[in-house]
Amino acid sequence: MDARQHFTALLEYLQAQVVGEEGFTLAYDAEVSSFIRFNQGQMRQAGQVQQVYVTLSLYQGQRHAESKLALSGVLDEDLPLLQQALQHLRDVLPTLSDDPYLRLNRQAWRSESMGETVALDGTTIAQQVVAAAQGLDLVGFLAVGPQYQGFASSWGAFGWYAASSFNLEFSLFHDNGQAVKSAYAGEQWDAQAFARKLDSARQQLAYLGRPAKALQSGAYRAYLAPAALEELISLCCWGFGAQALASGGSPLQRLFSGKAELSSQVTLEERIEGGLAPAFTAEGPRQALRLVSQGRPGERLVSSRSAAEYGLIANGACSGEYPLSLRMHGGELDEQDVLQRLGSGLYIGNLWYGNFSDLPAARLTGMTRFATFWVEDGQIQAPINTMRFDDSLFDVLGAQLEALTREPELLLPGGTYGARQTGSMALPGALLSRFTLTL
Amino acid sequence: MFALSDTLQRRFAALKSTADFCSLRYVQENRESYWVRRHVAQAPSFVDDGGAMLTVRIAGVEAYAATSDLSQAGLQAALERAEQMARALAGHNLLDLSDLPYPVEQADDVMPGYQQPQASAAHWFELLMAESALIPRDARLVDSHVGLTFTDHQQIYLNSAGACLRRAQRYVFPQVGVTASDAHDSQSRSFGGTHLARQGGAEVLQQLGVIGSAARIADEALQLLLAPNTPSGARDLLLMPDQMILQIHESIGHPLELDRILGDERNFAGTSFIRQEDFGHYQYGSPLLNVTFDPGVPGELASYRHDDDGTPAQREYLIRDGILQRPLGGALSQWRSGLPGVANSRACSWNRPPIDRMANLNLEPGEQSLAELIGGIERGILMSNNRSWSIDDARNKFQFGCEWGQLIENGELKGVVKNPNYRGISSGFWRNLKAVGDASTFEVMGTPYCGKGEPNQVIRVGHASPACVFADIDVFGGVA
Repeated sequence: MDARQHFTALLEYLQAQVVGEEGFTLAYDAEVSSFIRFNQGQMRQAGQVQQVYVTLSLYQGQRHAESKLALSGVLDEDLPLLQQALQHLRDVLPTLSDDPYLRLNRQAWRSESMGETVALDGTTIAQQVVAAAQGLDLVGFLAVGPQYQGFASSWGAFGWYAASSFNLEFSLFHDNGQAVKSAYAGEQWDAQAFARKLDSARQQLAYLGRPAKALQSGAYRAYLAPAALEELISLCCWGFGAQALASGGSPLQRLFSGKAELSSQVTLEERIEGGLAPAFTAEGPRQALRLVSQGRPGERLVSSRSAAEYGLIANGACSGEYPLSLRMHGGELDEQDVLQRLGSGLYIGNLWYGNFSDLPAARLTGMTRFATFWVEDGQIQAPINTMRFDDSLFDVLGAQLEALTREPELLLPGGTYGARQTGSMALPGALLSRFTLTL
Repeated sequence: MFALSDTLQRRFAALKSTADFCSLRYVQENRESYWVRRHVAQAPSFVDDGGAMLTVRIAGVEAYAATSDLSQAGLQAALERAEQMARALAGHNLLDLSDLPYPVEQADDVMPGYQQPQASAAHWFELLMAESALIPRDARLVDSHVGLTFTDHQQIYLNSAGACLRRAQRYVFPQVGVTASDAHDSQSRSFGGTHLARQGGAEVLQQLGVIGSAARIADEALQLLLAPNTPSGARDLLLMPDQMILQIHESIGHPLELDRILGDERNFAGTSFIRQEDFGHYQYGSPLLNVTFDPGVPGELASYRHDDDGTPAQREYLIRDGILQRPLGGALSQWRSGLPGVANSRACSWNRPPIDRMANLNLEPGEQSLAELIGGIERGILMSNNRSWSIDDARNKFQFGCEWGQLIENGELKGVVKNPNYRGISSGFWRNLKAVGDASTFEVMGTPYCGKGEPNQVIRVGHASPACVFADIDVFGGVA
């Protein structure tokens, strides 16, 4: 199946079907993915998924409804399904009331991005992983293959995104149950690059073999590696949405109302260049936005619906109003100086299972997980047992933030709920004067 | 019903395969969602999802291929992709599944409500708008929603040993939510959504008490906005069923999943503080704690006769009188571990493979009424309706937050408090269970959002529980 041809054929069919004041949008999401799990350094479960979904939205005046369909990728089979969905929406629309907040982008924009289409063989990669993991308790997950996203409208909008990639997330476990996590992702598999990632993780295993240090609850100096900071930022980044801010649902509401602020070291932006997400959403072309500028609130993410509801100007944000390619500016801390500047405290490789203790106060809780060490005088001493943190983002990235590392690290999403996630986040590490552990 | 059954059986029989064993699991889901936000009807959403997963076993190696192309050629191509993968990974596999038994049964399982005619979009919007109108026009009520989702699910499992298992279910997911906010704080109160859903037809809405609830939800959101913070310190904790199900889910359900205990989930969902050798004697909780895997509760979200690997489902005690009995492990995990298990091998859809999941996981009722539970507390707090959950990767250290709190003093309910949170450690928490509510406090609930697995899967799980009291729990509130 040529996905782009399939998408354009569906589009042309719909264009010939709509009549009178009808208009439509068509979103397309497809992937051909190999999914391979590893346990104890060997393949545990393997398979392949080939899926195509389209979401057809039909508009007439201020009325609209949408239908999401699984398609086969075979046009002769798919067109009758599309026609059936169109007819169903036509039957429903007259029974609906007008939507006062419908402000659809009816511009005829165009955006195309075709990434590398190098064929990646999941089983060959898996064989290399198993061979390299000999003698190691490696647990992990490999997702490989092409992904396609399209969006078009009867008003002439057309967006297409195609990329082929792999994402291997793996953990190495020590006999004592301690573990280090790593990831290797990209468009072309490089066995040498994977070997370096594996070696780096293997070296940390040596530290994890030392007797674990049990910490008491309390506040500690801490360094959050980029993957650990990602958990905190992911929890809060949907709070830049205009609806969340207007409806009391945003953890950043006190930042945007001027009742709290972040350190002047914190600058966050939603970017287009350098990110891995499509340059468009169903709302049209995305825009680069400065969300936090030197600790102060900047722009919010505004969908066309929120624009109509709250009297704002839409800026290409997706309907969920969360950033797709968030980047935090780096600081002045060199990576090699992290342990020295930390002195004595916690080196935290990952945080996990974050949630809110008090959402309006951006007070967060969660757990340490994977490769978290006790450091004394700039030297790693011992792994620590899993601990719970409970602290406010306004403190962690406010008065408690001492420094950010110089180079933000590109973090790719490993999520596969329903489909493989696109998008990315680029974050530095954060050195904190204190980080509160509660249990 | 099962309109594609004959076609699929014919096409499955015509597949050319050299595998030792193969199966086909077809899933069709049709979903319709209606939503009113801030008294404005949103665009309705319809989903028509369907496809099949073909699984093959060749020389002890299993592999699957999922496709939404159900033509003879599409199914044949998927089968060949699975076979190719199984052969390529031979010698690299953790498990030799040559001796794993497979099902041979034939059965139909049509759940109540499935064949009920579905009402029109206009009907549901009329009902939702009327419910929304019960929410007063108060400037502090900055957000509200009233929603309904209906999901029809059909599944057909076929295998090369002759099994044919067909299942049809309808799920109803109602929800009401209101957020109150002033210049400084915001508080939300909700009903349904993440914790309240059933199998069945339109009658479920009456059974659950959704209709007419919006005014109370709005009033409670305003009460929370005006309430003081929950005080910090150790107290007896009375958890209502809508929080108990979260407590059961996170600190009994997940740690008892056998694939976690066997290490499959260590890279993502985590491990467990329970070990294989703990079953049969580990003191999980106080003697009042009785937990069952019960696929036969009418209307509960995961009531079914066979799981997605075709294993017959029956009620089993996982914890009896506080002692750990058996894990949540399907046929494969039982075969790997030698432990007894349950029929809980489940997949969220046609494009994800079955793994060990919770299904209906219930805490059995005790003997005290709600008044008796409250009357037995000298210094405590009632908490209701989860809003925040976090637990470590071994499912031990947890912190949970609720929407609604009420202090209890000298056996009486007192004032409302906001931001009620509590924390503890699973292995000790359940041993502090000091009272279990009777059948009058027992509620059948469930969540559509249980996440696990690589590739990731969100699945529907049922939970039922009475209200319960725990002694001496660390509780606390939010930022002043």
